[in-house]
Amino acid sequence: MTIRRARPDRVQHFRPRMHCLKKLEAVVVEMQSGVKGSEQKLNVTTIPHVITGKDIIAWITNKMKSTTEESEAFGTMLVAYGYIYPLQNHRKLVMCNDSSLYRFQTPYFWPTQKWVAVDSDYAIYLAKRNIRKKGMLEPYEQAHYNHLHEWLNHKWDFIVMQATEQYKAYWIVNKPPRRTHSAMHNGLELLIDPNSDEVCNPCRDSSVLSSSVCAGSLLQKIPFDTYRRMNLFYQQAIMSSKVKSSVSLGALNKYVATYKNHDPFLAPCLPSNPWLTDNDTYWTLNMRQVEVPTKMRVERWSFSLFELLSDLRGRDDFKVFLKKEFSGENLAFWEAAEELKWGTASSMTSKAETIFKTFLAPGAPRWINIDGRTMGLTVKGLDHPHRYVLEAAQTHVFLLMKKDTFFRYLKSPVYKEIQKKALNPEPHNF
Amino acid sequence: MLLCLHIWFLEVVSNCSDDGSHAKDHHLSLPVSTGDLTTSAMGEMEELRKEMENLKDQITAARKTFQDSTLQEAAAGVTVVGRVQLKTRKTLRGHLAKIYAMHWGTDSTLCVSASQDGKLIVWDTITTNKVNAIPLKSSWVMTCAYAPSGNLVACGGLDNMCSIYNLKGKDGNVKVMRELAAHTGYLSCCRFLSDTEIITSSGDCTCVLWDIETGTQKTVFAGHQGDAMSLGVSPDFKFFISGACDFTAKLWDIREAECRQTFGGHESDINAIGFFPNGNAVITGSDDATCKLYDLRADQELLTYQDASIMCGVTSLAPSKSGRLLLAGHDDFNVNIWDMLKAERVGVLAGHDNRVSCIGVSSDGMACCTGSWDSFLKIWN
Repeated sequence: MTIRRARPDRVQHFRPRMHCLKKLEAVVVEMQSGVKGSEQKLNVTTIPHVITGKDIIAWITNKMKSTTEESEAFGTMLVAYGYIYPLQNHRKLVMCNDSSLYRFQTPYFWPTQKWVAVDSDYAIYLAKRNIRKKGMLEPYEQAHYNHLHEWLNHKWDFIVMQATEQYKAYWIVNKPPRRTHSAMHNGLELLIDPNSDEVCNPCRDSSVLSSSVCAGSLLQKIPFDTYRRMNLFYQQAIMSSKVKSSVSLGALNKYVATYKNHDPFLAPCLPSNPWLTDNDTYWTLNMRQVEVPTKMRVERWSFSLFELLSDLRGRDDFKVFLKKEFSGENLAFWEAAEELKWGTASSMTSKAETIFKTFLAPGAPRWINIDGRTMGLTVKGLDHPHRYVLEAAQTHVFLLMKKDTFFRYLKSPVYKEIQKKALNPEPHNF
Repeated sequence: MLLCLHIWFLEVVSNCSDDGSHAKDHHLSLPVSTGDLTTSAMGEMEELRKEMENLKDQITAARKTFQDSTLQEAAAGVTVVGRVQLKTRKTLRGHLAKIYAMHWGTDSTLCVSASQDGKLIVWDTITTNKVNAIPLKSSWVMTCAYAPSGNLVACGGLDNMCSIYNLKGKDGNVKVMRELAAHTGYLSCCRFLSDTEIITSSGDCTCVLWDIETGTQKTVFAGHQGDAMSLGVSPDFKFFISGACDFTAKLWDIREAECRQTFGGHESDINAIGFFPNGNAVITGSDDATCKLYDLRADQELLTYQDASIMCGVTSLAPSKSGRLLLAGHDDFNVNIWDMLKAERVGVLAGHDNRVSCIGVSSDGMACCTGSWDSFLKIWN
């Protein structure tokens, strides 16, 4: 019998940012002993245990050896995450570099406490959702809401208050950082014109967010590090192999010429274009499993190995040829590799194993003949199989087939026979 | 130093190397103005900038040396294609609002279309029947895609998510299979690689390769400096191209997760992009009313398809099966048919009452389907 924990933690053990926040808390603890707290006099009263913004920022600048701007940003983050809270302007969660007052939050409330979710949390969540959806909850949510309302009635005021506060606070905490462009300001009101050329040095206390990216004068905004990376890319681009344009143009021309008769927009198709005559004989004749293919289809197979293999009927014919030559393992390996590439992730290890046993292991029943280096790499990769582990071997096998077997196929009696047998349907005469 | 403090709080997830202009940096609040840096840093930056200009000039020079013939010369001997006239064979009625996207299935009879009335409709184009009408959670849809296997369709838009629907569910209902949410901008285009992988492009300037089973991002392709508006996958599924609002198109290697080539030359946002059927050339259509043909192996622009009488931007394009014809949809409610080798207009498809927003040629090349803001889809042949 297994004993489970009374409250399942519902994946609370995994929370993003915990690692960063832990490092951060070390800094906050140091800060607490480093920054001097004092009492502030305000009219008649005194406010105990406060620290001023500028003290905090001075301490951060000193400790991290950074600029004031960076320290301000860091301080603002501390406030946004709740480690320090402002005493005067608690609607605006920013750290100001002046004598505004802050206080350290007790560790009880730090985000890393990993509190387990309790019913009151769910009740607060439902109350927030109720506010947002203006009373239109899903039926199961409504049922839970009513149940919790009855069960936690004694805390209900607290729950509603928390819900409203959190609802409003979301937008304060999750505001985009200062001096950046928020997508919410685009649109008809166009507080920010995304195409403007503003320089990124706005005045410090302005509340208008300025845009930072525009298509026109990008060079001014590109950070320092990016130049190095761009230069690297351009250097690689120069070194990449290029083909003379006459060669590639010739290839383009050749392709267009070869396929000219196979383009239904340019040449009529037999027996008749189904779109024109509403007669779908063309499609029935060209189906996947048809016994006798049409002449045009067989002609297309001779254009390239890629075309032959993509047409499944052509692949079957190729298989027949290879069986006669007793060299079917190349195509079988290619097919198996394709299955591995596009298959589901769970089946990957089992598929890789079968492939290894059938094709790659020394003495395997269908051992493929690839060069030693590729074989070594592939076998090594199969220890940790992933989608593209057979890529190198597959390309090698494809090239072998293309350079050798494909041409022999085109000259073979199998192909000639299928060419003779192929249908040339009579054009319909309506 | 400038970067490290911010990384404490903001997680930058990118497991691919990009071409350098890391667009994500712009969304972190880095104080970027040159006034903040010291003079030595300024000098270094100037040096790097000069080096970059120098390298760019070298690349242009290298491209010129490889350009030993133009397409006009190469295609001089090719016979002229006569006037191409396609007529509307079917009109698919059923949407109630603007159609934003359509995609053919691989069997050449089914296609899926998405419209801003919040519906994704799978049509049997021959009988004009609706096979499936899928209601969407968010009606602001901007793209849709049909999986090569025919089992899945995907759509996305201003909700920043790509929703995958399973058409062949067990009980016959079409249900959401996955919702891929991680983009911070609208979804402009998506294309399936298989039933387990899909590539999306988004207004946050990145393209992402997703693993559908787990719903996570496998690779983030960052590098564009403007919204990525469209993408196309090569016939062998090894590469894909993306066109963006920074006026460039980029070729990405899916496996190596790198940007291999960048093509510039347009003067405005690239709205539509597609591969030439042999996979070695790329066609782009832009708001500057031109389409351009780029060659991947020669790494340069081959041809521009423009005409003084066309003044509206290109919204979508599709090449015919042989690659001889290019069909481009424009804002002026027409589709222009270009002869790709001669760069001449050989036909016009006029029949829509509003902007043509999407166009596609079926995989057997038989028919072309256009979708428009007038809520109709027309099949032309």
